[in-house]
Amino acid sequence: MSFIPGQPVTAVVQRIEIRKLRQGEHLILGFSIGGGIDQDPGQNPFSEDKSDKGIYVTRVTPEGPAEVAGLMMGDKVMQVNGWDMTMVTHDQARKRLTKKNEDVVRLLVTRKSLEQAVKHSMM
Amino acid sequence: MDNESQYSGYSYKSSHSRNSRKHRDRRDRHRSKSRDGSSRGDKSVTIHAPGEPLLDTESTRGDDRDDNWGETTTVQTGTSEHSVSNEDLTRVSKELEESSPLECRRFLGPGLGAVLGLFALVTPLAFLALPQLLWREALEPCGTPCEGLYVSLAFKLLVLLISTWALFLRPPRATLPRFYVFRCLLLALVFLFVASYWLFYGVRVLEPRERDYRGIVGYAASLVDALLFIQYLALVLLEVRHLQPAFCLKVVRTTDGESRFYNVGHLSIQRAAVWVLDRYYSDFPVYNPALLNLPKSILSKKSSGFKVYTLGEENNTNNSTGQSRAMIAAAARRRDNSHNEYYYEEAEMDRRVRKRKARLVVAVEEAFTHIKRLQDDEPAASSPKHPREVMDPREAAQAIFAPMARAMQKYLRTTRQQPYHSMESIINHLQFCITHNMTPKAFLERYLSPGPTLQYQRENGMGRQWTLVSEEPVTSALSQGLVFSLRRLDFSLVVTVTPLPFLHLGEEFIDPKSHKFVMRLQSETSV
Repeated sequence: MSFIPGQPVTAVVQRIEIRKLRQGEHLILGFSIGGGIDQDPGQNPFSEDKSDKGIYVTRVTPEGPAEVAGLMMGDKVMQVNGWDMTMVTHDQARKRLTKKNEDVVRLLVTRKSLEQAVKHSMM
Repeated sequence: MDNESQYSGYSYKSSHSRNSRKHRDRRDRHRSKSRDGSSRGDKSVTIHAPGEPLLDTESTRGDDRDDNWGETTTVQTGTSEHSVSNEDLTRVSKELEESSPLECRRFLGPGLGAVLGLFALVTPLAFLALPQLLWREALEPCGTPCEGLYVSLAFKLLVLLISTWALFLRPPRATLPRFYVFRCLLLALVFLFVASYWLFYGVRVLEPRERDYRGIVGYAASLVDALLFIQYLALVLLEVRHLQPAFCLKVVRTTDGESRFYNVGHLSIQRAAVWVLDRYYSDFPVYNPALLNLPKSILSKKSSGFKVYTLGEENNTNNSTGQSRAMIAAAARRRDNSHNEYYYEEAEMDRRVRKRKARLVVAVEEAFTHIKRLQDDEPAASSPKHPREVMDPREAAQAIFAPMARAMQKYLRTTRQQPYHSMESIINHLQFCITHNMTPKAFLERYLSPGPTLQYQRENGMGRQWTLVSEEPVTSALSQGLVFSLRRLDFSLVVTVTPLPFLHLGEEFIDPKSHKFVMRLQSETSV
């Protein structure tokens, strides 16, 4: 998950589709995000590379739509509905996830265990 | 100490007489010791006023208590105007000191200084008066310019008088082993000036009977100016030069390792010694010989060693060396547990002191609640059945001393301070504290921590004798790496001189608008 500036980022990703749940007048997804290019990357407990300014999943509410869909804490969100999440500010990320006219969000997330699983399967 | 007998059950008196008896034996031993000390090769100069005992009579165990810096023998005490230090004069002063006996030196300095000062002050007046007395008719009258000169002369003489009184007519506080070289130089300078002025006056004015009086007045005025400048020089050399710090002195007491650091300016060794001793009396805690030694229980265990027996061999010389070597090896291999015992002994001692201190504090607090200051507007007798007697501070102190006496005595015994505080002194201090409305804690501060040596001194006129031991001549200036020591009978202070470092001070300008900050963000949003 480390990136070399100037080179395209390659990662093994998992596609997760989350259906938003209606709670009152809000549509919630059931997880929290942290990170962004305007944030301090050194505080991120989930990233391997402490200069990684990507969007990470910091909390998943139990029995929420995200957990049901298979999202795990510590995942890095790479794309949301086709929009890139690796170089966005925190607020832009929040907006992409909470669009009122979308009922379902399709995320591409990556985590360390995915790479290892691919490595094992290739050997 | 004799008026302790009013409290018959009190054991201070007995402990004191024991100590003074012990000390009288010690005094004879010390007398012989210090006589040997002064015959050593290094330049140590001791001053003994004739007929004075080597030990001050009031001292019991710590003879550091009775320390008054009044001088007993005067060597270069000055009511003189001027003094200067010059390293070249040490040779001259050394010869002088060796040649002249002690009694002459005692009066030489101040007498010479006083005579010279008086002479110098009277000279301008004599310059003015002599022509008037001797050939008044032949003098040309001089009008306004002369009067101006008269007035300025009068004021300058007044200023000279006042500044001499302020600067030099002070009772000196120390007698130094050698000449105070600055002072001697200034005296010589004054003498030279005045002598040369008199010489010129005699040749140019008195002989040809000079008629220009204005010139004579101008001449006298110039002498007064010169004297003022010499006094300025004296001020700078004696008072101002040593104010700017240049050296750092480390003073260590040899017996218990108490050390302090002081900053001084450019001084000669003897003046620096006086300076250090001034600070010693107010900064260093009092020297208590009872607190020095490890308890005997720890040290005695070390003495038990191995006994080595010889089994009848002929070669004795070989055996003895082998024997000692074996003993040393055995002693080295044996496990030394004395540090363990020292640690536990210290902990036990701490605990004991704290316990006694707690008892003392409580006893004093309770004792202080027994008396109360009588306000002016209160009636003296609150009720006819319980008339309160009005006491003065002394009686009040004696009244409340009894409940705290035992706790105080035990505490002082534990901290080995009982030679320094007699019962009389405690009652005096109590009286003092009551008079000034002090709290029990303020009363106890004197006993809970060892104060500076000055606190324990007795009021008597005898000076304190210190011996300055140094390898350099004592009138030489302080320099890097110099070490000298000030010896007292049972301890000494070792002084090491290091120069203060030269400071390279740089500058950095910070624009006040350049102080800007950003937040370190780590927000977490739930979606």
